[in-house]
Amino acid sequence: MTTLFDILGPRMVGPSSSHTAGACRLGYVVQAILGGMPERAEVGLHGSFAMTGQGHGTRIAITGGLLGHRPDDETLREAEAEAAQRGLTVEFRNVDLGEDAHPNSAAFEVTRGDERISITGCSIGGGRIRILEVDGFPVDLSGSLPTIVVVADDVPGTVARITGMIAERGLNVATVRVDRTGRGERALMTIETDEDVPAEVLDELAGQPWVHWIRNVHRLNT
Amino acid sequence: MIRSFSEWFEAAATEGLDLPEVVERREMKETGAARAEVRGRIADALSVMRQAVEEGLSDAEATPSGLTGGRSGRLVAQGPRLLGDDFTAMLSRAIATLETNARMGLIMATPTAGAAGVVPAVLLTLAPARRWADDRLIDAMLVAGGAGIIIAERASIAGAGGGCQAETGSAAAMSAAAVTWLEGGDSRQVGTAVALTIQGMLGLICDPVAGLVEIPCAYRNATAAVHAVAASEMALAGLDFPIPVDEVVDVMGDVGRKMDVRFRETALGGLAATPAGQEIAARAGMTDLVQLQRKGRTRGEDSARFGPS
Repeated sequence: MTTLFDILGPRMVGPSSSHTAGACRLGYVVQAILGGMPERAEVGLHGSFAMTGQGHGTRIAITGGLLGHRPDDETLREAEAEAAQRGLTVEFRNVDLGEDAHPNSAAFEVTRGDERISITGCSIGGGRIRILEVDGFPVDLSGSLPTIVVVADDVPGTVARITGMIAERGLNVATVRVDRTGRGERALMTIETDEDVPAEVLDELAGQPWVHWIRNVHRLNT
Repeated sequence: MIRSFSEWFEAAATEGLDLPEVVERREMKETGAARAEVRGRIADALSVMRQAVEEGLSDAEATPSGLTGGRSGRLVAQGPRLLGDDFTAMLSRAIATLETNARMGLIMATPTAGAAGVVPAVLLTLAPARRWADDRLIDAMLVAGGAGIIIAERASIAGAGGGCQAETGSAAAMSAAAVTWLEGGDSRQVGTAVALTIQGMLGLICDPVAGLVEIPCAYRNATAAVHAVAASEMALAGLDFPIPVDEVVDVMGDVGRKMDVRFRETALGGLAATPAGQEIAARAGMTDLVQLQRKGRTRGEDSARFGPS
């Protein structure tokens, strides 16, 4: 569905909604899932991102996103200098993610402290993005709604417990997606809500013994 | 959800609403946003547009690629020659926005970054000349947005999807709808203005030199603005167009789908693939792109994977 502000926007720094704004959003969501700015990022650029990304500031925009900047942040063009200053090392290389991959795709390997995550996503036009894989789990995350990402034990009742905690606060759950590595192993859940999930809910969830890892990805609309 | 111009006009007539109200209410209903929030975001969009124009006009330096930058200012400095001040100002505002865009400055992608100069060029030039207050401009942006939503749903607003006719063509059609409504045109005239704009831009390809959103984009934005004003003038004078606007939009979508992928933002055809275009791409260090251009590939699956949108 096309909304009014897909047409009257996004508000962004140029020059390309897919190659700049979308690239920045990918970097932003990656650092949000990681839990903050990575110290090190290896980024594989596929297709058109590799081919014409240079002239569109795709690398600068991804670096800016990894620093936590949004697509309308006018400091984006200084992202490389800022990364050097704040201790973020980004290495880009061109990759082939296969015929089925969207032409504007990027594969991230990011490290922050002891945490290391791999994330693949693409920029689908007009600045909109999709995250398609987190640590080997297939996901579908757009960043257009507040989203929490949870890795939990794959045992009965976890989904109901999590959505229950959210519903108790009067928040409406928009979508729930569960993917798992295998029966009884671990499951990755992406839960999109209409409004931001308050910090105390996230803390409560993080304290559950069956929750291994939880992240909050804020809405990305600009 | 508005899926066609006829549906939009019918909704306005049966509910006794003006065109912008239909779009505003739909947006409030579908996103849960309050009226003040919707209008506030549009007011912000207008101020970003003004700022992008000012930045582009005042910066005389070339853009990083050297392809644009300082051109809008030069146009203003030369002054009007063939038509009036407003005509020259309108062209310069379109170019200025794309120059700001090329410098990684802040712009409003209406409906895309590559076509971001058209709506501001038309509305910000005509607003003082026609004494449109800011609140009316917000309503006009709702009309532009409504037109853009329908075009996006029925055809395409992206160069990668349907060529430049889909990108600057959509922006021009949105501008024409807004202007025609602001000048008191009725629904039929708004539809005619959109139809007249698109018919004049049908088939326009997207062929960005070196894959950059600069040439011909900056100049295409300027000429697209002219299309919008010409179409509004004719529609407001009561000139008719025998093909209904929804059918004209469908033709644009159809032409876009049939357009060779080389002409859909891949930088592998048109002006981008000319000897001069290849030389510019080589100078910009786009070696992979130049290699593909030299091969002159025609098969869609080879080139479909490359190109911005």
